[in-house]
Amino acid sequence: MNRVHSLLSGREMSIVGALVAVVAVTAFVNPSFVSPQGLHDMFLNASIIALLAIGQTLLVITRNIDLSVGSVMGLTAYLSGQMFIADSGTPVIVVMLAGMALGAACGAFNGALVAIAKVPALVVTLGTLYVFRGIDYGWASATGVHQINADQMSPEFLSFGSGSVLGIPHLTLIALVALGIAGYALHNWRSGRELYAIGSNPQAARLAGIPAGRRVFTSFVISGALVGLAGVLHASYFGTINASVGTGKELAVVAAVVVGGVAIFGGSGTVLGAALGALLLTTITGALPILGVPAFWQRAVDGAALLLAISLDRAVMLRVAERLRKERSLRRV
Amino acid sequence: MEATEHPSVPLLELRDVTKSFQAVRALRGVSLALRAGEVHALAGENGAGKSTVVRIIGGEHQPDSGEVLLDGEPVRFSAPRDAQQRGVAVIHQEPIQFPDLSVAENVFMGRQPLRQGRRIDRRAMHRGAAEVFERLGVPLDPARQTRGLSIADQQIIEIAKALVADARIIVMDEPTAALSAVEAERLFRVARGLAERGAALLFISHRLDEMYALCDRVTVLRDGAFVTSSRMSEITNDELVRCMVGRSVEQLFPTREHEAGADVLVVEGLTRAGHFNDISFSVRAGEIVGLAGLVGSGRSEVARAVFGVDGRDAGTVTVNGRPLRAGDPKAAIAAGVALVPEDRREQGLVLELPIERNTSLARLRQVSPAGITRQSRERALAAAWGERLGLKYGRLADPAATLSGGNQQKVVLGKWLATEPSVLIVDEPTRGIDIGAKVEVHALLSELAAEGMAVLLISSELPEVLGMADRVLVMHEGRLTAELSKEEANEETVMYAATGNGRAGEEGSAA
Repeated sequence: MNRVHSLLSGREMSIVGALVAVVAVTAFVNPSFVSPQGLHDMFLNASIIALLAIGQTLLVITRNIDLSVGSVMGLTAYLSGQMFIADSGTPVIVVMLAGMALGAACGAFNGALVAIAKVPALVVTLGTLYVFRGIDYGWASATGVHQINADQMSPEFLSFGSGSVLGIPHLTLIALVALGIAGYALHNWRSGRELYAIGSNPQAARLAGIPAGRRVFTSFVISGALVGLAGVLHASYFGTINASVGTGKELAVVAAVVVGGVAIFGGSGTVLGAALGALLLTTITGALPILGVPAFWQRAVDGAALLLAISLDRAVMLRVAERLRKERSLRRV
Repeated sequence: MEATEHPSVPLLELRDVTKSFQAVRALRGVSLALRAGEVHALAGENGAGKSTVVRIIGGEHQPDSGEVLLDGEPVRFSAPRDAQQRGVAVIHQEPIQFPDLSVAENVFMGRQPLRQGRRIDRRAMHRGAAEVFERLGVPLDPARQTRGLSIADQQIIEIAKALVADARIIVMDEPTAALSAVEAERLFRVARGLAERGAALLFISHRLDEMYALCDRVTVLRDGAFVTSSRMSEITNDELVRCMVGRSVEQLFPTREHEAGADVLVVEGLTRAGHFNDISFSVRAGEIVGLAGLVGSGRSEVARAVFGVDGRDAGTVTVNGRPLRAGDPKAAIAAGVALVPEDRREQGLVLELPIERNTSLARLRQVSPAGITRQSRERALAAAWGERLGLKYGRLADPAATLSGGNQQKVVLGKWLATEPSVLIVDEPTRGIDIGAKVEVHALLSELAAEGMAVLLISSELPEVLGMADRVLVMHEGRLTAELSKEEANEETVMYAATGNGRAGEEGSAA
């Protein structure tokens, strides 16, 4: 019992609870929602967002943020298409590594501006959100390739995207592996704990001799690589790419992270929570049409979830502060 | 252990160190030698350069010239981490922790015990933290979140960090400022134990009695310069004070005949849960009332609640017979209350704005006929107050940040005096300003009182309170513990009440 409790914090338990409720209600309206195919789709849809959310968590924990994730993802998705146009026999693993490398390079660019030039991450990544997207469009218009379809990509690549092992989609497996590694590192490695320290109190981190700049830069690079991978996986799953892939994804990702209990001002939260947040939000999105809500409400749901989660966190924090204040006054009397 | 074999070589030594920040010369030729097994006091007034010494030893600042020697070898700490790796630990006055992390993680950050695969060994970490706390004789739960711990407990975490890091040189920067007598005694016990085990300690405090109780040797700084260094047993209290201040107390504080008038500010039963309880006092026209107490005793919080920046849970504040609404600074200003806050750079000034615009901030209506601010009127207002206060400036259009600390404080004072208050609350009015400016501020305050203003003076500097105030109120942990007349008030009676032995204590009144 204790073990379960330490594995899943209160926040994570409540997300699981909300998830069960959403699934139950939707399944009641349309039982096919919980069919093996329905669950398969649910996890598949959540996997790419979860991958992005894992990277984003590393940044938000350190009191940073990356708004350029959608554009980076679009760039690497487009890159994988271009690689198949150049050589239709390119091995899948090469495409993936190339996507991760490009993503990491974008992350390094963001990270350098944040960690070395000391520009706030919000500003840097708001800028690169448009810069990277501009490069994406510029590339498409310079080559004249505005859309890349499934028939231009290798069959291995496409079947990887839609394939599964023992009923678990490849994409979900990759997200789970990333989740496992990131979760382990954040919990067990000194560098992982230092990310929390940096976000919890930057000044104390400096005095504790934590190389904050290097840690933040590395987080941007790792997150960038994960985003790059997500772009490639998007291409392999959907099989159609244009220069606008991933537009607006930053909202869904930040919402997932915050709903998952990662404090927006850094210092606390887990990648498991963020991944569960991604699963919950994509499930709600999937449930909307079944419940008769038009799909265009999806963005509004993400936005509302973001606001709700932040307001809740704030309210809880104020209550804790008030309690501590009262406790101290009691001790004095 | 080499150092114990050659006691002549100090563990750490500063030789002729200088350090400037822009135009301000914080240190000019400071030398200091810390020896194993010795507790060394660093004395000096606020602004004497003690904090700069601490920061240089801790690797936060690098000296402009001069040398830092470790075991007799010159070293250069380019970052706090360098200093820590060489066995230096700094315990800051206001300890800063990672509030989201556990106590054990705070203690072990950066040096967590590892298992195979570079994995943090949490069990060993918690065990280690528990052992250290046991050694220190403090029951702290290593697993609890650090958020919400008292300052005393946070300081224990800082000391635990130093122990875990096997620090040989431990700097304590005013560690007792926020502690009760019991907590301070506990800290001294720990400090002595550390010295006995061969560490060199540098201890900074404002309280001379503490230095005599704990330290073996003292070095005195004044205005950034080295004044003297002596064995504690070879210097008398009076000599020490003279070295620190550089002039006699009579020169620092103006003498004045006071003729107190009617009650102007009356506070009754003021309470803000968690900060202070049931505070009642009054200040009469023409009177300076000192509010003393340790850091964290709730003095500034009382001032903020009186002025209405913070709300209050109970009690009344009356100015000139009219009750003041809670949590409404605008009403307080209109009623004639002015608050010169503790932290002038953060709360008192808009550093980027010109001097003249800072001066007019609390009085915008006066300089804004028909709602439009006129620069000429602002300038006239600022010039008038600048002259009255002896402000030294280049141009009134220069940003306030270009002024020295003392002149910045004069701008803040001018801003509030421009509102023509009948009650002036000043919180640490001379913190971090040089002696000359201090004398001027003191003269100004007595002048204002002589003109009939009611002045409430909050200060952590006991000589200032004793030298200026007609009456002294003392707070301890959110309660008023004593009210002393000028005759009754001295270092002993005030400290006695400030450490919780007053009329709210069990042993009866200190007065």
